[in-house]
Amino acid sequence: MTWSEMQPLLSQACWDTLYMVGWSTLIAVVGGLPLGVLLVLTDKGGLLQNVVANKVIGQVVNIARSMPFIILMVALMSFTRWVTGTTIGREAAIVPLAIGAIPFFARLVETAVREVDAGLVEAVQAMGGNTWTVVRKVLVPEALPSLISSATTTVVALIGYSAMAGTVGAGGLGDIAIRYGYQRFETELMWITVAILAVVISVIQFAGDFAARSLHRRGGRSGPAPKLRLLKAEKPAAAGTPGPAEVNTEVSKVA
Amino acid sequence: MITTSGLTKVYRSRGREVTALDGVDLHVREGEVYGVIGQSGAGKSSLIRCINLLERPTSGTVTVAGQDLTALAGRGPRAGKELRRARSRIGMVFQHFNLLSSRTVQDNVELPLEILGVSGRQRSRRALELLDLVGLADKARAYPAQLSGGQKQRVGIARALAGDPKVLLSDEATSALDPETTRSILQLLRDLNRQLGLTVLLITHEMDVVKSICDSAALMDKGRIVESGTVSELLATPGSQLAAALFPVGGEASAEDRTVIDVTFHGEAATQPVISQLSRTYNVDVSILGAAVDTVGGLQVGRMRIELPGRYEDNVVPVGFLREQGLQIDVVEPEKAPRAKSPLVKEGVK
Repeated sequence: MTWSEMQPLLSQACWDTLYMVGWSTLIAVVGGLPLGVLLVLTDKGGLLQNVVANKVIGQVVNIARSMPFIILMVALMSFTRWVTGTTIGREAAIVPLAIGAIPFFARLVETAVREVDAGLVEAVQAMGGNTWTVVRKVLVPEALPSLISSATTTVVALIGYSAMAGTVGAGGLGDIAIRYGYQRFETELMWITVAILAVVISVIQFAGDFAARSLHRRGGRSGPAPKLRLLKAEKPAAAGTPGPAEVNTEVSKVA
Repeated sequence: MITTSGLTKVYRSRGREVTALDGVDLHVREGEVYGVIGQSGAGKSSLIRCINLLERPTSGTVTVAGQDLTALAGRGPRAGKELRRARSRIGMVFQHFNLLSSRTVQDNVELPLEILGVSGRQRSRRALELLDLVGLADKARAYPAQLSGGQKQRVGIARALAGDPKVLLSDEATSALDPETTRSILQLLRDLNRQLGLTVLLITHEMDVVKSICDSAALMDKGRIVESGTVSELLATPGSQLAAALFPVGGEASAEDRTVIDVTFHGEAATQPVISQLSRTYNVDVSILGAAVDTVGGLQVGRMRIELPGRYEDNVVPVGFLREQGLQIDVVEPEKAPRAKSPLVKEGVK
């Protein structure tokens, strides 16, 4: 395969990956943020303490997270058809990607929000703030650096899942690496896609860390920002790589 | 201004019951600084959190500025609109400041106003006014992390005043600060109390706080109020634990046949040379075992432990003379002396 043959393939694949990951990240954040906050609020001693709701949400999140992504994609087919009108292509891949990422992000949000000092919540209550004020003015803004780190981790995980989206004809870098690189023995193309993925992930991780850290510096909370090290993208499925302990355990649970 | 009656708070967890407040009756008059002092676990924290109902009392009532807050609370665990309104008129200052690290100093002060729905321009004007009042006008754009502990507490105080409260609750506001900063924060609270006619209820474990700014004080132990009253009343009460803790005077009798007495001076008597008069009139040798003099609420108050030769029976006349001078005399019995070593006193001295 010559470069002129590879080039359109690769640029299309890059675009497909960005498209799928971009949309599914957006949906995951919009869906996962309230879910994660609810997990904290409904917990014992929370502002909206509701043990039943907490258990139900927690279980749903756990089940969704324990499902391997490829199975989730198949299981969601009829739902995907209902939403997008098709089960094939990029749009069809966004649905399971987003649904797989919502509970993943929700758990990360839960951890981040739980770290917010209870004294701040008390202070806002003492000023006459209601629960919504507490969420909007305290929990989310104070957890923002951690939330950005969580979103970064989610994006990286989604790039990993998106490799499997090729099975529903959605394209993307992972799909190219499998179909051309692995199945057709185009080793060169495979390494190029891997290199591109490595660069993309490094850039995303760097940007995420930078944003989280500069927020931290501004707020200057004592102690360094939570360190999220880079996931090495040796295989197209970043999710499967043996990465640094913390991030990797989170990722591997979902994949 | 603040009245609690029969305030009781019982915590239940895993079948165990802990009574944090046991029928507390507290009365804070308008415009005074009222200190509640006690050791950790005495129930001070629960008390102050019950005043603005951050903690729901198990029974009893809380009235602030003529409004029965316990009636506003409703039955659910969440605070209704009425209660939240009432809370916004009670300022609260915290031991660990509780400032939002993601907001600038000015935005922190504006937060209560945002909750009250005050418009943007008014908010920033009011916040700058308040920062000026607490002496931090130049720090409006700084983040809390860039401030020292004392400055953070000033921001906390400015924030507490944003809603124009009549009552300020202070939850160990100076306990995380060094002595120098503590003094300046207390001075600020005192000034605000005088200038704005603010009623201040503070809880503390530091005797110095009570000594330097309180008009009245209450001593709490095991969820009950053991003693309470204005500081001058307490000092005039023979055998008052709080008075003894405020002015700890030590010293043991140097020999068996000595009379040890505690003399408390206040008002006029504090300026009279009574000891030298005593010595000259009755020709007795007075040894001073310990003494403390301080100014409380603008009045000079002092306490002195002196020793007279001979047993009490031999000293009835000189003691009578001291009483005649308008001094408060407590004769220290040898077995009574260890009272001065109660844990409270130790904490107060520290």
